Amino acid sequence: MNIPQISVTEAQTPEVRSKIRRAPRLAQFDWFTRMLRDPKAVIGLVILAIFLLMAVFAPVIAPKDPNRIVGRANQAPTAKFIFGTTGQGKDVFAQMVWGARLSLGTGFLTGALITLLSLALGMTAGYFRGWVDGVLSTATNVFLIIPGLPLLITLAMYLPPGAMTIIIVLSVTGWAWGARVFRAQTLTLREKDFVSAAVVSGESTFNIIFREILPNMTSLVVSSFFGSVIYAIGADAGLAFLGFENVSIVSWGTMLFWAGNNSALLTGAWWTILPPGLCIALVAFATTMLIYSLDEVTNPRLRSEKEIDSVLKRFHIRSRRSTPVLRHERGG
Amino acid sequence: MNAEDKGALLAVRDLSVEYLTPRGAVKAVDHVSFQIQPGEVVGLAGESGSGKSTIAHSVLRILRPPAVISGGEILFRGDDILGMTQQQLEAFRWKNVALVFQSAMNALNPVVSVVDQVTDTMMVHQKMPRKEAEARATELFRVVGIDPARLHSYPHELSGGMRQRAVIAIAMALNPPLLIMDEPTTALDVVVQKEILRQIIALKRDFGFSILFITHDLSLLVELADTIAIMYAGQIVEQAGSRELFDHPRHHYTQGLMNSFPSISGPKRRLTGIPGAPPDMVAPPSGCRFHPRCLAAQACCAEKVPAPTMDENGHHVVCYFPLEGGER
Amino acid sequence: MTQSAPIVNEKEGERFPLLEVQGLTKHFPMGTFFKTRFVHAVEDVSFKVQRGEVVALVGESGSGKSTTIRMVARLIDATRGSIVYQGEDVLHTERTHASLRYRSKVQMIFQDPFSSLNGVKSIGHHLERPLQIHGKATTRAEIRSRVEELLTSVGLNPAWEFAGKYPHELSGGQRQRVAIARALAVEPELILADEPISMLDVSIRMGVLNLIEALKEENQIAFIYITHDLASARYIGDKTMVMYAGRMVEGGESEELMHHPAHPYTRVLISAVPDPHAGLRTNQAVAARGEIPSLIEPPPGCPFAPRCAQVMPACREAMPPVRWLNDAHWVRCMLYE
Repeated sequence: MNIPQISVTEAQTPEVRSKIRRAPRLAQFDWFTRMLRDPKAVIGLVILAIFLLMAVFAPVIAPKDPNRIVGRANQAPTAKFIFGTTGQGKDVFAQMVWGARLSLGTGFLTGALITLLSLALGMTAGYFRGWVDGVLSTATNVFLIIPGLPLLITLAMYLPPGAMTIIIVLSVTGWAWGARVFRAQTLTLREKDFVSAAVVSGESTFNIIFREILPNMTSLVVSSFFGSVIYAIGADAGLAFLGFENVSIVSWGTMLFWAGNNSALLTGAWWTILPPGLCIALVAFATTMLIYSLDEVTNPRLRSEKEIDSVLKRFHIRSRRSTPVLRHERGG
Repeated sequence: MNAEDKGALLAVRDLSVEYLTPRGAVKAVDHVSFQIQPGEVVGLAGESGSGKSTIAHSVLRILRPPAVISGGEILFRGDDILGMTQQQLEAFRWKNVALVFQSAMNALNPVVSVVDQVTDTMMVHQKMPRKEAEARATELFRVVGIDPARLHSYPHELSGGMRQRAVIAIAMALNPPLLIMDEPTTALDVVVQKEILRQIIALKRDFGFSILFITHDLSLLVELADTIAIMYAGQIVEQAGSRELFDHPRHHYTQGLMNSFPSISGPKRRLTGIPGAPPDMVAPPSGCRFHPRCLAAQACCAEKVPAPTMDENGHHVVCYFPLEGGER
Repeated sequence: MTQSAPIVNEKEGERFPLLEVQGLTKHFPMGTFFKTRFVHAVEDVSFKVQRGEVVALVGESGSGKSTTIRMVARLIDATRGSIVYQGEDVLHTERTHASLRYRSKVQMIFQDPFSSLNGVKSIGHHLERPLQIHGKATTRAEIRSRVEELLTSVGLNPAWEFAGKYPHELSGGQRQRVAIARALAVEPELILADEPISMLDVSIRMGVLNLIEALKEENQIAFIYITHDLASARYIGDKTMVMYAGRMVEGGESEELMHHPAHPYTRVLISAVPDPHAGLRTNQAVAARGEIPSLIEPPPGCPFAPRCAQVMPACREAMPPVRWLNDAHWVRCMLYE
């Protein structure tokens, strides 16, 4: 057969061939390897890792039951109790360490559930359009408009107390935002020719949505997941602080509840507020760093702006308005 | 190439333009030289990555960093464009050289009516009362073939051909002696393309400006250009009068390009195009950049870039083994 | 509302056609629920394609050629008409969605090489899926070997190296070849090519066109080749059909059509093609004033009437019927009534 053979390396010299980098095995996770080179992402991951380890190794770090009364109430930090004691005489440090389990656990599980819900509903609306989209979009809009906190409180009051309730309640109120985002992205992607090609190949609808379109959205899913985690941890702490959770179990939120209950601000017992508050803030900070880094890595415009700035600095080019001429000293 | 610089409207000598990236410099334009005489139409033909658009933007110095001009000279009527300050450049642009952009939809502001875009241009570059600017704009629209009733339309209300005419009107607003047209008809249908090209020929005849016409479609240039330069991978590989180039192509790339256009009349021939693909400009081939795709390539072609040669017809070619005249 | 057009391209003793499209129409709704108007994107299109034949469908933007082909590919529904594949009207027998059988016979390649491949999937994946879906290969070894065969058959070597690459590592021409290989995976009888070379660099277009021609010869695959470029239609098409504003206005053997165009629009198209080999032809140009008309509920009559230099009153009354000029050449124009 007289088809001219095109070699992949026909138009390249030997030097170039040796430079051809092997593509990573899964191109949809390209962004992850790039993120690892960004200091913001590394900081975020390290902080999260520290908290996760703290939660996992709680029995090792603070061996006894955190709900035990260990000393006088409201003791300021000392060598024995490095974060002092609560208004009930419990060890703040131990509570903080053990509280990480519930707070982080609820936060991440809720984040995962929210992401799954919003993916399923958003992608369905975006792919099928028509009346399916009409119904789902209306539902999304309803849940977006309903004031979050009152709905949260109402649901929390009527359902049996427990971690499962919190997870369900937070998911029900938190899925709408992500659903909108995923719907929009699905609408865009489904117009691409590779989706039409998959249809013409006879690919099933399920496979098209989850095996062709979804992999193009991985960074968006991860970003949405982390956003949901921040929402969940914060909302969980808020509900606990307001007393809508079972306050006898230890979590950062319930610690804050008891601190409030015992008028910590009036008594000046800052050591009962600061540790749980800082933990929540640090986890939110770390997750936000990850989201920023992910944004930068996946948005080519942001990336190239940074690259351009570093290049200009290297060559002492000041102005960006007209093409600089290198051989002349000025940059105008 | 230096002897006829005197009197040239635009003289580009040894121009090099690079894109600086953290990974190293990409040479988009590599030691390119050509001239445009007053009233001449010079066609610059090449495919993607050839650097032709980069040259167009370099003449006006509107390329943004990380692009830098790393060598050479651009002289307009003897004035050194590369040495101009920002202020001098702003005074220079549009009055002396104007650019007709490739995609009219991208060049036109979607929320401003087309007549306002022309008058704004005029009033920015030249102090002129609005009434006068509008009168001139109306005249310009008539000349480029836009119905005066459409003066106050927005770009999305106009067809593709009309939008391109509007972009041409904006370029002609200050009567520049040189118009650079960067693929002005690529986004248009073939019938509209024909109309726009005829309009351009008529405008040139009436107003006498020079044109640097950039395109990937060599067949457009036969009716339009006086001189044609063929670009490949940042370099000019052949340059000659348009008829001379079409009748006697000497570079193998030019020959290959001509073998890429099926004809609508004449005998049906089997065409082959050119094997391979345009090179990656991050690491272009050594020596003659076309050698990996050239059927006549030999060892020396990969080692060093050939020196340009010129024959008695003013036909330049950069090749160790150019085709002899008459071969097609 | 015209009478449904008679079967076109009919010839004495012609073989049973592979594909026969009759009266195909597509009206897109636009506007609000209370005031819906319709864009007549495709109106009453009929044509035939024989086995192993390349039929070129030529038209400018807005002519409806892409919409027509998407209906044949069953990517969008038809408002009216029939698509008869090997004697069976699939719009009738497979009303809601196309059968796997139809999908294994009729394939498509798209205009944009950059969006027709899924950027996060390897080249191998793109070829594996059709093989798996249609049961053309089952074991891993079979699949791998078939994928390599396909890549070699479209000129991508070494095949195993290409199979592991991702689309962003390939040039436009290479991606288009992958798209062709994907279409070939199911062993189709008809491939619909929507402007496959218009977004490629000039020097590599012929390579892809020649590949299409070789595939037609070797495997007896029929093609419907959509283009706005008449010259490439002549190069590769056995037959050419011309569309304007949603209507098919002329059709016939390519050489005959190019040399003896009957419809005024075809003449305008031909004269507008820049042809370096024919020298200066500006003075011979046949001009057409104005622009393509609006397709929203158009007036009756020939859509080219507002621009036609030879328009007559009859042109605005009704769409001219099909008129056969000879065995293979037909036209819809009042000049021939």
